[in-house]
Amino acid sequence: MIAFVVQRLLQSVLVMLAVAFISFALFRYIGDPVLIMLGQDFTREQYEMLVRDLGLDQPFYVQFAKFVVSAVQGEFGISYRLARPVAQLIAERLPATLELSMMAALLALTIGVPMGVYTGLRRDSWLSRFFLTISLVGVSLPTFLIGILLILVFAVQLGVLPSFGRGDVVKLGSWSTGFLTTSGLKALVLPAVTLCLFQLTLIMRLVRSEMLEVLRTDYIKFARARGLQNRAVNFGHALKNTLVPVITITGLQIGGIIAFAIVTETVFQWPGMGLLFIQSVNNADVPVMAAYLLLVGFFFVVINLVVDLLYYVVDPRLRIDRGAASGH
Amino acid sequence: MSMKRAFGTAILAGALAAALAAAAEAKPFRFAVSGDANTMDPHSQNAGQVTLILRQIYEPLIHRGKKLEKIPGLATSWQAVEPTRWRFQLRRGVKFHDGSDFNADDVVFSIKRALAPTSNYAIYVDTVADVVRVDDHTVDVVTKIPDPILPDKFTSVFMMDKEWSEKNNSIRPQNTREREEMFTVRNTNGTGPYRLTTREPDVRTELARVDSWWGWQDKGLNDGNVTQMTFRPIGSDATRVAALLSGEVDFVLDPPLQDVNRLKQSLRVLEGPEVRTIFFTYDMHRDELLYSNVKGKNPFKDVRVRKAMYQAIDSNAIHTRVMRGQSIPTGTFFPPQVNGYLKSEDVRHPFSVDAAKKLLAEAGYGGGFEVTLDCPNNRYINDEQICQAVAAMWTRVGISTKLNAMPLATFFPKIQKDDSSLYLMGWGVPTYDALYSFQSLLQSRDGQPGNGIWNYGRYSYAEMDRLINIMKNELDTTKRTAAIHAALRIYREDIPHIPVHHQMIPWAMQKSVNTVHMANNQLEVKWVKLD
Repeated sequence: MIAFVVQRLLQSVLVMLAVAFISFALFRYIGDPVLIMLGQDFTREQYEMLVRDLGLDQPFYVQFAKFVVSAVQGEFGISYRLARPVAQLIAERLPATLELSMMAALLALTIGVPMGVYTGLRRDSWLSRFFLTISLVGVSLPTFLIGILLILVFAVQLGVLPSFGRGDVVKLGSWSTGFLTTSGLKALVLPAVTLCLFQLTLIMRLVRSEMLEVLRTDYIKFARARGLQNRAVNFGHALKNTLVPVITITGLQIGGIIAFAIVTETVFQWPGMGLLFIQSVNNADVPVMAAYLLLVGFFFVVINLVVDLLYYVVDPRLRIDRGAASGH
Repeated sequence: MSMKRAFGTAILAGALAAALAAAAEAKPFRFAVSGDANTMDPHSQNAGQVTLILRQIYEPLIHRGKKLEKIPGLATSWQAVEPTRWRFQLRRGVKFHDGSDFNADDVVFSIKRALAPTSNYAIYVDTVADVVRVDDHTVDVVTKIPDPILPDKFTSVFMMDKEWSEKNNSIRPQNTREREEMFTVRNTNGTGPYRLTTREPDVRTELARVDSWWGWQDKGLNDGNVTQMTFRPIGSDATRVAALLSGEVDFVLDPPLQDVNRLKQSLRVLEGPEVRTIFFTYDMHRDELLYSNVKGKNPFKDVRVRKAMYQAIDSNAIHTRVMRGQSIPTGTFFPPQVNGYLKSEDVRHPFSVDAAKKLLAEAGYGGGFEVTLDCPNNRYINDEQICQAVAAMWTRVGISTKLNAMPLATFFPKIQKDDSSLYLMGWGVPTYDALYSFQSLLQSRDGQPGNGIWNYGRYSYAEMDRLINIMKNELDTTKRTAAIHAALRIYREDIPHIPVHHQMIPWAMQKSVNTVHMANNQLEVKWVKLD
């Protein structure tokens, strides 16, 4: 088990280096940050001075090496656009994105799993068919459209929820939370719903198909033959066994939600990392983009590791196999 | 009633009245723009979204009035005492928000700060050789050459407090070599009608009214009643409009064009011209174009080809279909608000597909040719759509045009490396004087600072250069204006650009908001009255 974890950690380092390298190579093509910083009126001397100051006149591998060395020390440089340290910027925006993503993931799970179970158990009821049809909406409509529709209905026409922003936040140390104020909670509703719809549909359909699959297996038949109650059979045995693929998919999706809540954050002007990233791309703000991509790589790596470890907890077969192998 | 009791009642009544008055006067104002200012340093970034906030906090020596005319600001009067020496008399009794006095030392410091290599405002002080303190309230600005438009340029140079800047290590604007954030990025100390109370970049910026500001005494001019303002950047067009419709914001500076008519129905929309002109221009110096199929010669060197392309454009179609009526088609390259504008030269060459084809045939391109048009897609209003329409119009007369649209971050570097054959540009005039446009866009690139720095097509015409030099040095306004008019005539005949239109900028607001529209797209909150 320990060997497994260590092996995975080493692989993760390789993954992060690869991410850093590829993103750095791509940045040469997104535009010239110095021109953006200087605006319309500037002299040749100003341009050259700024290029030298930022170290942009050095060859690619030198810039990359410098970046990796400082990144390891937690020093990500200073944002070209906002003239503030990148690490500070990301730390400020992280709570917003994490709160939003976690809320969306929670909604997707708490609504998606029961819906999936229900539609798996009662395949032919009208409610099942209704859920399945509605869920098509979640998959086929693009995120920004759903977001704008929700804004139109709840903010403009009904006027009950805010159309943008995060509301009032309370700072607990370095973490700013929107959970403790009414305006913060109100502001969280529409973006979280927008973000969770795709995952919700995915989870629901996945649980449903897994349930249908598992309900046909032998051990379920034997459990019923033995006379176990329906509840025990469905939730104690069937549901537990459907969870492995659900966990995998959910894990990967959470990484995706955190990393790419960009569209939702843009629509709702949610001051998270996704919005920061989009603004950085528009302004060729390389330090922020590099730090963001590294962070995203890190998230995916960690989440994948956690997902793999969860397999052991959920699926007894894996535990037995490993045990047998090491037991001789 | 006894004396004491009467007195007590009177005081109570007075206090109540004052409290009610104060409560009644609290006027919060929330306004939304698509982009945030990225710094609060007044000499670091010369961009509209930055100056929009800074101009409520900091002031220049000379203000612009409601019709963009020059009026006294922190300087009460100014004269050219010699051809190369301007004398400014400073306003007395002005204090910075931290309580320190405004005097000549601050002016000397601020102008020199704007001259620093890391300042983005150098264009406004480019002729300044030295700044000299004559006494506590008089400053002399010595110029390298006689500069007739120095006062116009000084309307964009903000005054900072010397002692405060020195105390907070901000003598020079943003120095990127430093790995730390400079104090002036998020902190301010100005002399203006509002002061900064909260600054959360990309989220909100809040300002509170400074009741002791010297300008409030001029109730006729500065008639605003906003006591507190919150500035919210909202990037998504639809969300910004939704926020206005739902009442969460009071004012939107840049509503998307397609929603203007809908907003007019339920809210107030103030429309007006912007000092920004959109035009096409081309590579006029290479012997063979980089992105065309013509070998051995450059079609854009021939004025007949340029005129053909001009006349191929149906500017009315662009005005009605692409811009939905929100534009001012033009035949010149700066709008009437700019000094030097001449109405008789603001006449387009008529739209005529036949005339265009005829001119092309005369020039030897009867069979047409191919060319690539480079275009930004996130900079000017409907920029990509304009390019799409015009590319189709040119293809119609035989010039098969391939459109290459890209974001600003890649577009500007491309044209600045002279890596384009044909492109769209927009040009604003921050000094409101024609010289700025002529010098940057049309003067020959001879290496002198400012000359032709945006003349990537390398247009070079001796007579034009001669006239531009008159504009730079001639203090006599009649002679100078004559030179500008002559240059405009050359512009229309020689077609170094194909002008399209002046942009119009609609401002959308709640019906309870009253203000005056400004062609520089800068809202002056001191002139905003809330019902």
